[in-house]
Amino acid sequence: MQAVAFYFLALVSVASAFGVISARNPVHSVLYLITAFFSAAGLFVLLGAEFLAMLLVVVYVGAVAVLFLFVVMMLDVDFAQFRQGFAKYLPIGGVVAGVLLVEIVLVAVTVANGGAAAKNSQPMASSPGLTNTETIGRVLYTDYVYLFQAAGLVLLVAMIGAIVLTLRHRPGVRRQNIAKQVARTPKTGMTVVQIKPGEGVSE
Amino acid sequence: MTIGLPHYLAVAAILFTIGVFGIFVNRKNVIIIMMSIELILQAVNINLVAFSAFLHDVVGQIFAMFVLTVAAAEAAVGLAILVTFFRNRGDIAVDDASMMKG
Repeated sequence: MQAVAFYFLALVSVASAFGVISARNPVHSVLYLITAFFSAAGLFVLLGAEFLAMLLVVVYVGAVAVLFLFVVMMLDVDFAQFRQGFAKYLPIGGVVAGVLLVEIVLVAVTVANGGAAAKNSQPMASSPGLTNTETIGRVLYTDYVYLFQAAGLVLLVAMIGAIVLTLRHRPGVRRQNIAKQVARTPKTGMTVVQIKPGEGVSE
Repeated sequence: MTIGLPHYLAVAAILFTIGVFGIFVNRKNVIIIMMSIELILQAVNINLVAFSAFLHDVVGQIFAMFVLTVAAAEAAVGLAILVTFFRNRGDIAVDDASMMKG
């Protein structure tokens, strides 16, 4: 049963990853990306790492993929023009990717059969008697607390950077100036005009 | 048939390769390049979690979390740069983006 689930999730993950890079419409690419992340989250569940699986769904599907979708839909670009170099770069890309795949698989198989991980045949993502989230929390908030804070700092800097990059003040747009409103006194805000009978006020 | 570490490593290797391949064949489309980078980081995450599970050591999952953090930050800043680039140039063709050469 576990093997069936693994092969199904792995197949969906790889197929949708291929869809990401080969889809003609970038919106389809983003949807394939969401599928790839979902099935990768399923693989994490199979390994016992439920917390990371849920984190993957929340962060990637909920935030990053939606951000991609938002940008793809917001940019008014003819995406067909970007397909031109596809056939041109196919051979060199294929050669590099093939060499990379052979190398990585060779190293991975060697490590998996002869390394320290080879003696354990069953995955175990949590300490005995603890849930996966509890196990992560006990390590993350003790041994890696400074790294955790640094990760928060990375997110803060990224957030500020994204805001600084995309914020712009358009001229001619009326904005509320609260300081100006508060500083307003009867003397500056009001004038007394003497109106002669039958004339009315003109500026 | 039992699913061992090599199976997960093979999936991660294939995902990584697809990511690199995507960068090569979609050189003009910067959005697809960024999605390929996300795929590569995802492959790294699968490797980290698989090793973490089979070594019975939770630290791999902690590192996968940090990779996730950095990937989210990278996507946010990258897309912000892309939006600014589009605003200044009117399109997102990156192959002739040489404004910063000076």
